[in-house]
Amino acid sequence: MRFKAELMNAEEMRRALYRIAHEIVEANKGVEGLALVGIHTRGIPLAERLARFIQEFEGKAVPVGMLDITLYRDDLSEIGHRPQVRETRIPFDLTGKAVVLVDDVLYTGRTARAALDALMDLGRPKRIYLAVLVDRGHRELPIRADFVGKNVPTAKNEVVKVKVAEVDGEDRVELWEKEGA
Amino acid sequence: MKHLLDFQGWSREEVESLLDTARVMREVLERPVKKVPALQGFTVATVFFEPSTRTRTSFELAARRMSADVVSFAAATSSLQKGESYKDTLLTLEAMGIDAYVIRADAAGVPHQATRWVKGAVINGGDGQRAHPTQALLDAYTLLEALGSLEGKKIAIVGDILHSRVARSNAELLPLLGAEVWCAGPPSLLPQSLLGARLTPSLEEALEEADAVMVLRLQRERMEAGLINLEDYIARYQITEERLGLAKPQAPLLHPGPMNRDVELAGPLADSERSLVTRQVQNGVAVRMAVLYHLLVGRER
Repeated sequence: MRFKAELMNAEEMRRALYRIAHEIVEANKGVEGLALVGIHTRGIPLAERLARFIQEFEGKAVPVGMLDITLYRDDLSEIGHRPQVRETRIPFDLTGKAVVLVDDVLYTGRTARAALDALMDLGRPKRIYLAVLVDRGHRELPIRADFVGKNVPTAKNEVVKVKVAEVDGEDRVELWEKEGA
Repeated sequence: MKHLLDFQGWSREEVESLLDTARVMREVLERPVKKVPALQGFTVATVFFEPSTRTRTSFELAARRMSADVVSFAAATSSLQKGESYKDTLLTLEAMGIDAYVIRADAAGVPHQATRWVKGAVINGGDGQRAHPTQALLDAYTLLEALGSLEGKKIAIVGDILHSRVARSNAELLPLLGAEVWCAGPPSLLPQSLLGARLTPSLEEALEEADAVMVLRLQRERMEAGLINLEDYIARYQITEERLGLAKPQAPLLHPGPMNRDVELAGPLADSERSLVTRQVQNGVAVRMAVLYHLLVGRER
C-alpha cells in the first residue's frame, strides 16, 4: 500500500470528537438515559474519549460498553480466513437507553448492520445512534451516521486508516492506496 | 487445524486461541438471547455409533446456539443395525451436504478414518478408549476458570484410568497448558504407560498438594469382568472429605459424568461448593461452540 495523505492530525481529531460529544448531548437533550458502545477495535477508545468529554462539560458520567460484531458478520460462510472473536462487554442494561454506537470509519455499512443486530440481541434500546470519526462513502446498505467527524470522498481502492493513541501510539487519520488495485 | 481428533500436533497457541473464543461463547450463553447468527448456512451432523445423550445434546445445543442446522444420526435407530458400514453411513450424510461431523464410536480410530471419507470437518466426540478431546477442552476451560492458570499446577485424575478416553485426552492437553498430570487408580485399572501423565497406584501420592482433582466414573462392566471389587475400590479409592484433605485447600473437584454417587465420589462432596460439575456442563456447550467456529469459519467448502 502507498501512503497518500494525512486526513486528520491529533488536534483535528480531538476537535471533531469534542464537537460530536456536544452534538450527542444536544440530540439527546442531556445525558439522561445515554450510553456509548464502541465497536472493536478502535471504536472502543473513541467511545471512551467521547464519554470523557461529556463528563467534562456535563459533569455526569455516561456508561460505556464494548461490542464485537464478528459473530454477526454476514460473510462468515464464505471468507477464506477465520476472524478472531473478541470480547463483548456491556456493563449496563441496554433496555430503554439511547445508545450511541461508535466506530472509527463508516464504509459499506455492513459493520453497522451487524452491530445493530448484536445490540438488539443484548437488550431493547429506546433508540440507537451511530457516531463515526470518518465517513468515506460507498455504502452497500441503507445506513447513515448521525454524527460524523469528517466526510471524506474516497475511491474504492483507497484505505482509510484511523490511528488512536490507545492502540497505535498516535492520533492520526491517513489515506492509503492499494497498489495494483 | 482442519479437524479435532486429538491433540497431536496442536500448539499451545492454538489451544489458547480456542479457549479465548470459548470465553466469548460463555458470555453469549449469559445473554437474554443466547444465540448468534455466526454459523448460518452451515450444517452439522452428530453421528453417534455409540449411544450418548449428554455429549450429543451438548453438541447439538452448541450448533443451534451458533445458528447452524443440525441433523442427528443415532446407530440404535439407523440402518447401521441393518449392516451398513461406518463408511457408507458417512458417505450417505456427505451426499446431503454436511459441513461438520461430530462422530462418536466404540471403536478407536473411526473419526480419523472418517477424515479420508468426507470433505467436511470431523470432530471426535469420543472414540473407544482413545480420545475425547472436547471433554478435555471443557475440563481445561473449567480448570482455568477456577485456577487462573495451569502453569505448574498439579492435576490429579483418579479412577479407571485404563479405559478412560477422558484421562487420555486430558493427559495430552493439560501439559500443553503447563500442568502436571497425575493419574491414580487400582493397579488393574492403570495402563502400562500414559503419555503426558505420571501413573501411580497410590491415591495419596496423586492427591498430595494437588491443585485440582478430577474423578472418573467407575464403569460397572469392569466389575463384572472381575477387574476390581466394588467394596475394595470404595475402601481404597473413593474420594472422601478426608482424602481430599491431602490436596490443596479449596482444590476443586471435577467429574465428566455421569456420576456413580458414593462409588467414586462421596455423595456430599458431589454437591459441595468444591464440585465444578455443573460448571463443566455449562462450559461444555461454550467450548463446543468455539470448536465449531474454529473448524468451520474460513474453511474451504
